[in-house]
Amino acid sequence: MSPPLLGVEGGGRGNAPLMSSSVSVDCISQSGSGLKERNYLGLSDCSSVGSSAVSNVSGENKNNLNLNATELRLGLPGSRSPERDSDFNLLTSGKLDEKQLFPLLPSMDGICSLSQKSIVSGNKRGFSDTVDGFSEIKNSVFTDGKWMFNATGSDSGTPQSVVEAKLAGNAGINVMLSNNSSGTQPSMKKEVPTRAPQEGHNKLNGSNNNSSAPAAKAQVVGWPPIRSFRKNTLATTSKNNDEVDGKPGPGALFVKVSMDGAPYLRKVDLRTYSTYQELSSALEKMFMCFTIRQCGSQEAPGREMLGENKFKDLLHGSDYVLTFEDKDGDWMLVGDVPWEMFIESCKRLKIMKGSDAIGLAPRAMEKSKNQS
Amino acid sequence: MINYFPEEVLWHVFSFLTSHPDRNAASLVCKSWYNVERFSRGKVFIGNCYAISPERMISRFPRVRSLTLKGKPHFADFNLIPQDWGGNVYPWIVAMAKGSTNLEELRLKRMVVSDESLELLAKSFPNFKSLVLVSCEGFTTDGLAAIASNCRFLRELDLQENEVEDRRGQWLSCFPDSCTSLSSLNFACLKGEVNVAALERLVARCRNLKSLRLNHAVPPDALQKILAQAPQLVDLGADSFVHDPESETYNKLKNVMQKCSSIRSLSGFLDVNARCLPSIYPICINLTSLNLSYAPGIYSKELVKLIHKCKKLQRLWILDTIGDKGLGVVASTCKELQELRVFPSDLHVVGNVAVTEEGLVAISAGCPNLNSLLYFCQQMTNAALITVAKNCPNFIRFRLCTLNPTIPDAVTMQPLDEGFGAIVQSCKGLKRLSVSGLLTDQVFLYIGMYAEQLEMLSIAFAGDSDKGMLYVLNGCKKLKKLEIRDSPFGNMALLADTGKYETMRSLWMSSCGVTFGGCKTLAEKMPRLNVEIINEGDEMEGRPDDRQKVEKMYLYRTLVGPRKDAPDFVWTL
Repeated sequence: MSPPLLGVEGGGRGNAPLMSSSVSVDCISQSGSGLKERNYLGLSDCSSVGSSAVSNVSGENKNNLNLNATELRLGLPGSRSPERDSDFNLLTSGKLDEKQLFPLLPSMDGICSLSQKSIVSGNKRGFSDTVDGFSEIKNSVFTDGKWMFNATGSDSGTPQSVVEAKLAGNAGINVMLSNNSSGTQPSMKKEVPTRAPQEGHNKLNGSNNNSSAPAAKAQVVGWPPIRSFRKNTLATTSKNNDEVDGKPGPGALFVKVSMDGAPYLRKVDLRTYSTYQELSSALEKMFMCFTIRQCGSQEAPGREMLGENKFKDLLHGSDYVLTFEDKDGDWMLVGDVPWEMFIESCKRLKIMKGSDAIGLAPRAMEKSKNQS
Repeated sequence: MINYFPEEVLWHVFSFLTSHPDRNAASLVCKSWYNVERFSRGKVFIGNCYAISPERMISRFPRVRSLTLKGKPHFADFNLIPQDWGGNVYPWIVAMAKGSTNLEELRLKRMVVSDESLELLAKSFPNFKSLVLVSCEGFTTDGLAAIASNCRFLRELDLQENEVEDRRGQWLSCFPDSCTSLSSLNFACLKGEVNVAALERLVARCRNLKSLRLNHAVPPDALQKILAQAPQLVDLGADSFVHDPESETYNKLKNVMQKCSSIRSLSGFLDVNARCLPSIYPICINLTSLNLSYAPGIYSKELVKLIHKCKKLQRLWILDTIGDKGLGVVASTCKELQELRVFPSDLHVVGNVAVTEEGLVAISAGCPNLNSLLYFCQQMTNAALITVAKNCPNFIRFRLCTLNPTIPDAVTMQPLDEGFGAIVQSCKGLKRLSVSGLLTDQVFLYIGMYAEQLEMLSIAFAGDSDKGMLYVLNGCKKLKKLEIRDSPFGNMALLADTGKYETMRSLWMSSCGVTFGGCKTLAEKMPRLNVEIINEGDEMEGRPDDRQKVEKMYLYRTLVGPRKDAPDFVWTL
């Protein structure tokens, strides 16, 4: 997206364009509007960082250095070019080469798209990792002792300067990122307070951006270092658990739903419902085309036992009843037990003809009596 | 005077020497000691199967009864090494069979084991008693059947985290009725069905069975019956646990568990309903080892309830679903804890803040005996590491893995140099260290300065320059294994002290700055090193340019020159 680029391109003229070009709130100007950023970044923590204060000038330089650093990271994960190292030395020695401003600009596209990739992948870490080099630069600034106050911005003294310093550094990235995907921007920002600590120092060409997103995590072979046996075992288990066992836990709980006479089955995620009523309506909608009777239309709002009663009504009133197969392989009538217990034990659902289900009811009632 | 010592006396004295370093040292004293030692050594440990040939090993230690072999480098665990790299045990078994070795025990790690090897093993050594395979691959249940059928005195069959192909045979049934000697049976890593009835009978007749780890295919009902037959068990692993707390099986299991008062170690629970955990509460008080790292179905609440009862725990392996708060409970309950491993539970859920530095600090405060740690965490701080270093100066193994490999201090944004520096400074006995997070050359300066006992160091995405690696190579005198990935160390560091590598077992460098030229130079200089380059991808005709970076390099000292079984993609320079 061009606006930030334009803004940054104009950075040579001064700091303001760099900062103000951003569409986002994190546009940091030389004025105290940067104060807004402080909240997002949760920089109260950073007061411990010390008295470093960096002007927006150096911030901008940092920004560009960031970009410079990222520019070289277009290689494959894990590949490091020697120039990268020398850039590193540059950074660590804290030499802020303003000449890099201009040559860097054309590369911003690449960088933006890189960071965009990580954003789009939805990984919050993507953001934090693309704030690459920030910490590195910060370090360099600290070691250099280049404390440059931004006169216009600093009213409250050190903490704010620190804030601004961090903001400045981040802002550049924010500019980049936020303009790439404003949609994710809020999430990015929300992330920052908790994720700021996770600003990953990106020393790797290309792999930095990659290593942050979960999709990209896969690209960093062998990280985190866990034996494949362990990874495979746990992956298989969680798949099985979610689908079959219906154990309580995170993730979806899909069970098959079949209906007598229907040519194909459906699957529902039991976790998306919290009552029998919801489940019943959803199933109704799904199987309406197979002429299930409108049995869910009676409304009895606010009653906990609603679902259970309604299903019992089904027995009397309609052609179809809803049954489920539990862990022991028994077919039970839906609605007898509390919802939580139901989803724990339900393996699959079946919409049976009422006539078939009549034999089911007494057994179901008995079993629920035993269970309760 | 010492020459006059009769050999019988030396022999007797040496029989008390059990550790390999001690024996190795003794063998260097003089020729006579060397000879007595080599004839009296029964347990041989070979950390790199390519460092020596089977024939030479046998000729030096003719009386070997127990052999431990390690094959692939450690990073093979993380898919960094392609298939068919090597590490095949077959030549060793062939050599020992030919040499009429009286082999009783074979322990293999990260090796390729074929069914043919297992069959030869089973038939060649009549006194064979113990087979332990860790992270191996290449065999099927047919090979296990051969072991079961032929090893009449088999005491131990321990399969840990191996990739085993299931042939749907009846390997368990192959244990003859006359087999009553089993004391340890672990087949938890097998994915396939087993003959449960045969298993029950086997357990019933092996009265010395102390350790039993079952796989997922053994249903809870059978588990309960088996436990009823083996109340003397000390170590139990059960992957398939009860689901329904109302069921008959659950009740039976509960009753049977109460009688298993000898159980000290528990593992498994791959498939469990946490509401059934109370059945094991009676044995918790005696547990010294608990491995729930394969139990994703047990959530923090139930985990905590369980751990609360395990006051004597010395070893705990769990998933990070336990959370910092759960670790706090561990800290306040398990005062005798020595080893803790916290594994990541779900690598794909973003924002799943599982454990952080807080949990670790809590543990260090509550468990001063902690000496071994593997900790996968979301974030870390220098302050936390410094506190941990102060609280627990006894670390022998300290492995920290931040899920984001280059994450800085969560609070200060600084590199984690100071934190790890504190660890190495405080833990004077540290033998193994894995570092992660944002790290500069500084951390390696600390490691070189303070980690005097360090034997194994794992580095990933760390350091700024060659200086980092040099600090380590110069400083860590006892370094045996160094493995580095994705770090900016190049030829300068590699070639600075080439003699160092002969004092080490191996060096792994991947995605670093070393070039073909550098590796070639090293190989030329040091003939007693095998410098292997792993080249995946495009076939390269002729040697690549000297200036080209090497993707993966593995070098190790060896007495037998380049290995003959290297595949096409491995070049020994």
